[in-house]
Amino acid sequence: MEITNLTNVQKDALREIGNIGAGNAATSLSKLINKKVNMQVPSVNVVSYDEMMEMIGGPEETIAAVFFRIKGEAPGTVYFILSIEEAEFLINKMVNKQNVNLMDNSTVNELEMSVLQEAGNILTGSYLSALSDFTKINMQPSVPYLSIDMAGAILTAGILELSQLTDYAIIIDTKINHKDSANEIHGNFLLLPDPESFPKIFEALGINDHE
Amino acid sequence: MNDTQIIISVGIAEANIVIAPDLIRTSGLGSCVGAVLYDSKKEIAGLSHVLLPDSSLTRQAAFNKYKYADTAIPALVEQLIGAGARLNQLKAKLAGGAQMFQFTSNSDIMRIGPRNVEAVQAILQEYHIPVISSDVGGNSGRTIEFNPITCKMKIRKVNKMEYFI
Repeated sequence: MEITNLTNVQKDALREIGNIGAGNAATSLSKLINKKVNMQVPSVNVVSYDEMMEMIGGPEETIAAVFFRIKGEAPGTVYFILSIEEAEFLINKMVNKQNVNLMDNSTVNELEMSVLQEAGNILTGSYLSALSDFTKINMQPSVPYLSIDMAGAILTAGILELSQLTDYAIIIDTKINHKDSANEIHGNFLLLPDPESFPKIFEALGINDHE
Repeated sequence: MNDTQIIISVGIAEANIVIAPDLIRTSGLGSCVGAVLYDSKKEIAGLSHVLLPDSSLTRQAAFNKYKYADTAIPALVEQLIGAGARLNQLKAKLAGGAQMFQFTSNSDIMRIGPRNVEAVQAILQEYHIPVISSDVGGNSGRTIEFNPITCKMKIRKVNKMEYFI
């Protein structure tokens, strides 16, 4: 299957997957921070590696990302990505601590990092379980990996498997956000199925390759 | 500095060459390796952003040769010679090859950073191109910028002062 030629029906199906996953994750986030969380309509993009970095603000942009490899019938990678300010806000909400500063090595403690990792774990876990329930595809997430670093350095880890097969990635990007007067959390869920997973996903959703 | 100085940006699995006074850079190197080859007298340098170690891994019939160390470096050497650099004068500086995540699984793809570094070093050795300095490994991302006049590579990491190798 040539992944650069997705039909509209296939794109719709992938968008629906993003919708279901992130919808569930938004509910989880809402419980974590005790605030209403909104979700945007997912976008499905076929992008080159460099375009993928640009989606997150460029390869040098510092981001906080929790990353899982998905094992099972439809392998792939899923990222939950926050800007540094958003990650600090999320930690602050969860542990009720002001002045969390992730960019200052001397003040970041293990508790804050593990809170962030756990939040990512919960959110990504709910994303994946919704996905798995909906498609009836068995998806086993790895342990979560947290990194605060340049987007290019972090996201490359998610394309290593697929890069041996193609120069493009299909990214299902869903943004969730919470807004009140002063603060915002924007989270990006990026789902990158490995190329061999697409036929399985489409089959599970009852979509024929040749439509 | 020269007003018309241009910074040439190299993307993932790409390579390009630069002639003084311009600079060449690549951003957000994680497990990837940024290999700079340069001829200091001619003030020409080339930068290759290598994603994977070995083109035998490919499952594509026609693949981008700049993706793999073993095909990217020869292609870059050829470009440099085409631009007037001399093979026996070429030197190299390397950065990148980090292990971004401490994976528990020991699958080969998970230690891709060190493998990329080894692969680049091996192919440079075949060409007898000496590696003058390198800043590889670790677990953080790097942005690198090379100046073909000074032959210095500037390295930026998140939360660190910039430094030169």
